[in-house]
Amino acid sequence: MTEREKTHTFVVYVENKPGVLNRIASLFRRRGYNIESLTVGHTERPNISRMTIVSSIGEGAAHRVEANIYKLVSVLSVEDVTHATTISRSLALIKVVASEESRHRLMEIVRVFRARVVDLAPRSLIIEITGAEDKIHALVDVLRPFGILEMVRTGQVVMRRGVQERAESSSPKPAQDDIGRSEQKTGPGPSGANALVEAEHPGSV
Amino acid sequence: MNETSSQSAKPRKLAGAEIIWECLERLGVEHVFGYPGGAILPTYDALTKSRVHHVLVRHEQGATHMADGYARASGRVGVALATSGPGATNMVTGIATAMMDSSPIVCITGQVGSVVLGSDAFQETDITGITLPITKHNYLVTRADEIAISLREAFQIAASDRPGPVLVDITKDAQLGSCEFDWEAAAPRAHRQVPDFFPAPAKLNEAAVLINESQRPVILAGHGIILSGAGEEVRRLAETADIPVALTLLGLGAFPASHPLNLGMMGMHGEAWVNQAIQESDLLIALGMRFDDRVTGKLNTYAQKAKKIHVEIDRAEINKNVHADVPLIGDLREVLERLLPLVKPNRHSEWWSQVHVSKQDSAVRDIQNLPDNGHLYAAHVINDLWRETKGEAIIVTDVGQHQMWEAQYYHHEKPRSLITSGGLGTMGFSLPAAIGAKFARPDAEVWVVAGDGGFQMTMAELATIVQEKLNVKIAIINNGYLGMVRQWQEFFYEGRYAGTPLLSPDFVKLAEAYGIPGLMVSERSQVVPALHTSRFHAGAALIDFRVEQEDSVYPMVPAGADLHAMIRRPTPLVERPTDD
Repeated sequence: MTEREKTHTFVVYVENKPGVLNRIASLFRRRGYNIESLTVGHTERPNISRMTIVSSIGEGAAHRVEANIYKLVSVLSVEDVTHATTISRSLALIKVVASEESRHRLMEIVRVFRARVVDLAPRSLIIEITGAEDKIHALVDVLRPFGILEMVRTGQVVMRRGVQERAESSSPKPAQDDIGRSEQKTGPGPSGANALVEAEHPGSV
Repeated sequence: MNETSSQSAKPRKLAGAEIIWECLERLGVEHVFGYPGGAILPTYDALTKSRVHHVLVRHEQGATHMADGYARASGRVGVALATSGPGATNMVTGIATAMMDSSPIVCITGQVGSVVLGSDAFQETDITGITLPITKHNYLVTRADEIAISLREAFQIAASDRPGPVLVDITKDAQLGSCEFDWEAAAPRAHRQVPDFFPAPAKLNEAAVLINESQRPVILAGHGIILSGAGEEVRRLAETADIPVALTLLGLGAFPASHPLNLGMMGMHGEAWVNQAIQESDLLIALGMRFDDRVTGKLNTYAQKAKKIHVEIDRAEINKNVHADVPLIGDLREVLERLLPLVKPNRHSEWWSQVHVSKQDSAVRDIQNLPDNGHLYAAHVINDLWRETKGEAIIVTDVGQHQMWEAQYYHHEKPRSLITSGGLGTMGFSLPAAIGAKFARPDAEVWVVAGDGGFQMTMAELATIVQEKLNVKIAIINNGYLGMVRQWQEFFYEGRYAGTPLLSPDFVKLAEAYGIPGLMVSERSQVVPALHTSRFHAGAALIDFRVEQEDSVYPMVPAGADLHAMIRRPTPLVERPTDD
């Protein structure tokens, strides 16, 4: 059963405790799935961390991974946001060769991409860019002829647009409807907590 | 668990080691299966002041299987205790066994002092790392004041939802340190309960419509029925709608074998007519089972004409192997209670006559109809054991041919009367698991049914039986081979018996060395008298049954083959050539 692979993005809320990352990563590892990027950080709630995990896997595999992440005791909620309307950002620092002659052209590129120069050295400079993956790709392509000396990138962070009432919300996800949940107990758990409370209507940034 | 609150609620200062026993007592634990060592010594020292009965095992693997056997026989949480390093790693097989079969056990391990964690200290091993994928959850506890809450959560997690093993690794300084012990304050945190889901009424209706309209339904009865205590609800569903019931290996006992609606076991070594019925069915109602590859055969050809209703507590099992047309997630008993009022009384006489036709053609026959030619077949032994014990014993099997013969010829009427390692297929499981089962149900007749191979893996626990003065009976199905592997070599590797001929000690003398009376049986006529003698002996007893050496388990669906493509016994059992 080979499935067509696709980039899936999972948003996972976890308890901020030792070993939680290992538990989640292990679910991918044991199935032989590669994690493309993974970010972890604090959230608006104390002791709760949020992970954004990006992995190229098939649709069935994504369901299995999601269901198994959900089973972990340290996990508060998990959502596959691949099919949702989201804002996605990552950051890159790119150290590029910059001679006297090329520096001005680089500055021009930086301006066009709305990136920033964060370090200027005699023969190189460091460019910081924040944006969606394709924007960073595009900048990297343009910079490559100048000579990229070093590059570091964060993984993606992803957030749904607008107000969401969590996973079971209006936007129907077939996989979840399939299992026929009619109610989600919003107990003391975190899941209730987060109802991303943003009033404004989704708009483009 | 019975959480007794009789003790004074006033906090008092206790050592971590004392807190461990205090918590176990309050959690209702009566027996702990363990083996001491350096990093767990403070806890053993505190044992002297505890009411909990400690069972000294001979190998930590045994401790985990005992806890598992205890849990499976009773439905309560079993507890195993070991030291760090090798003590902890010896538990790995037992933990994985419990994980695969959803058995609630809590394993407590000692760990080196927290200041030397990660320094390769003597007998240090990263047991929480090692057991991460084979536990439901685990804890590394480095402070005395974390012990109570960790243990209480461990018990809750092990027993709730889909049960499973939890490991609590406690550093030596946490055991030695002391703190105010406050039971109330150590209440388990209300972490999200799994599952958060309960089937919507619309889904229940959908399921009911499928059931009411089905012409050829089959219930697939799994281990979840036993775990959920839903036997009665399943019986009502089957009787109301007149639905044949097929059982998984771990489901045996969930539905009485003598019930007219009981078809028998499904799968690789299931009855041919059961697999046939599944393949021809138009509706499978899967109750607390997970469509393991041993029950489905080739997935592409599995029950193609059937819609599937899958009732399961673990959401991750839905659509894992077999697509569920109507998944119902939740505790089986609760789901069935809501589903039953929607199910209409029905009769499926046409379907039943179709099932009966294929039953005629089956290879597994009632053993009582087989003439007795003096030869000793494992099937005879098991069947005689069933008749002698009136099907009322707890049978604890090992893994291999004898396990399948047990499933075919011992007819289980009640839940928790068969204890066997299904998912992991752990050889060496039976003897220690039977010890745990006997502690759980001291009044029950407990029989080990083991092969000569598996028995030798954990036979050191014979000493545990004697030390604890346990009345556990042991039947070794001794064919001089690792029989199931030999069978695969015969069928699929042109009879090249690599590594399967097996030399064993004289099991009777071995038993006698432990002070256990032993009997050797090699003829059919001796089976019943030997069972009789052993059963009425006041303590443990062992019988070495020397059975036909190259007999195979029939019928068989080869791994990955179509479920209906079963290998049948080539000639009737009675016509097999003698081998003398």
